[in-house]
Amino acid sequence: MTTTTTVATGSGFSSEDMVLNIGPQHPSTHGVLRLRLTLDGERIHHAEPIIGYMHRGAEKLFEVRDYRQIIVLANRHDWLSAFSNELGVVMAAERLMGLEVPERAVWARTLLAELNRILNHLMFLGSYPLEIGAITPIFYAFRERETLQAVMEEASGGRMHYMFNRVGGIKEELPEGWTTRVRQAIGDVRRRMPEIDDLIRHNDIFLARTKGVGVLSAADAEKYGCSGPIARASGFDFDVRRDEPYLAYGDLNVPVVTRQAGDCHARFECLLDQVLVSLDLADACLAKLDQLTGPVNTRLPKVLKVPEGHTYAWTENPTGINGYYLVSRGDKTPWRLKLRTASYAHVQALTTLLPGTLIPDMVAILGSMFFVVGDVDK
Amino acid sequence: MLGDPIKFVLNWGRRYSLWVFNFGLACCAIEFIATSMARHDFIRLGVIPFAHSPRQADLMVVSGTVTDKMAPAIKRLYDQMPEPKYVISFGSCANCGGPYWDSYSVTKGVDQLIPVDVYVPGCPPRPEALLAGIVKLQEKIAAEKTGLGRKWQRDVTSLQTPLIRPE
Repeated sequence: MTTTTTVATGSGFSSEDMVLNIGPQHPSTHGVLRLRLTLDGERIHHAEPIIGYMHRGAEKLFEVRDYRQIIVLANRHDWLSAFSNELGVVMAAERLMGLEVPERAVWARTLLAELNRILNHLMFLGSYPLEIGAITPIFYAFRERETLQAVMEEASGGRMHYMFNRVGGIKEELPEGWTTRVRQAIGDVRRRMPEIDDLIRHNDIFLARTKGVGVLSAADAEKYGCSGPIARASGFDFDVRRDEPYLAYGDLNVPVVTRQAGDCHARFECLLDQVLVSLDLADACLAKLDQLTGPVNTRLPKVLKVPEGHTYAWTENPTGINGYYLVSRGDKTPWRLKLRTASYAHVQALTTLLPGTLIPDMVAILGSMFFVVGDVDK
Repeated sequence: MLGDPIKFVLNWGRRYSLWVFNFGLACCAIEFIATSMARHDFIRLGVIPFAHSPRQADLMVVSGTVTDKMAPAIKRLYDQMPEPKYVISFGSCANCGGPYWDSYSVTKGVDQLIPVDVYVPGCPPRPEALLAGIVKLQEKIAAEKTGLGRKWQRDVTSLQTPLIRPE
């Protein structure tokens, strides 16, 4: 058998595909995602995400932890939305136990979940521009994060992993005068948000890197199970907070931020506008919280057992839908606690998003999917 | 052997120009970033977070859960760092496995792979804790005797051996 290679000019190129490995430790994957790209020149032919570098076996560990201990691990798979992760676990347990959560605890949870959403979005609003070359916004984003983290820490004791949810309520009474300080912090963040907005939203270089890049169609978003801001940026109008309200969202008017373009810029804008929405929601929760009196938790037996049965609790986490399928056999530990995470679905969408794009666009696309590797690998 | 004055100068230079390579793995990486931001600002201690690769770095901060799948990459990148090099293990996961102490896929501490100079406890540790860890490391560097690197030699073969051996 003979092989012929054309080297003469005029007859076009004969090119060979190159396989390029990105990660597992690469700045653009913000975490330890690995991608195997097949390239033709600088254009990506085929992309295969290789996951599992952050697999910590959380689901298996859930089975040997009691319901109080599970919250510790549930906090940590998506480290940027710790509070919302706790929420799903306790909601599932409460539903199986038929436990009524005190009204004040419900509103406090709603407030903290929204504050956590803002914290999460601020992180991405800072890190995404950083990844594509704009270093300034992250300093502003972290200034706001520290402001909000201070009030979150005052209530819960944690800067990132709050451990503030308990089955039947929240851990303890909110500090004296806390709501005033939260209101102050929200006011500060709202006043300074235009600074980040003005810096980056209409920046020419930013627009050139993100407009029309990495377009995800609504059909593809649905097919891959994308949710949250990623799906909404493609025009897939779905938000659990509005469409199947949990906590106190039923009593709140939740405006759902959507875009139609489905490109990187639309995803970024969704995040930016969601911060403003969440600030308003947090204010509404504060107003209600000030009127309420009563306990914030329920007295539980020393050994907490969840009756036999199964349930699925899902929440609108900052980056998408986070679900827990809880199967209990009446023990103090769950028989099975299946975790459905948003980032896992988003990373799968990369296989259709990346082919056809250039390598520099890959960085813009990866960043705009707002995934957390722990959330992918569990 | 080097004299005391030159040893002092060498150690003084080293302790205040630690180009850091952030091995950001999990939650702790966020606190690492928070430490590098305006509020805590470790650049004032001479820790410079702009090393482009491990080959330009003096200090590696392992922040987050080390898994068995990730372990070869960590070893490889550590081997690529030039001497003298230092490692801070940031957070409980990197110290000992932390809340994943009984997981089937987590390495129980990065010190099973590479030598660690300073352990910072916490889950995740506060930025102040990282600052304290950096100061501890600087004290350690200032007290170094040899002046030129440390006792152990880097494993040169590790640079050439592939991560995954061909079958």
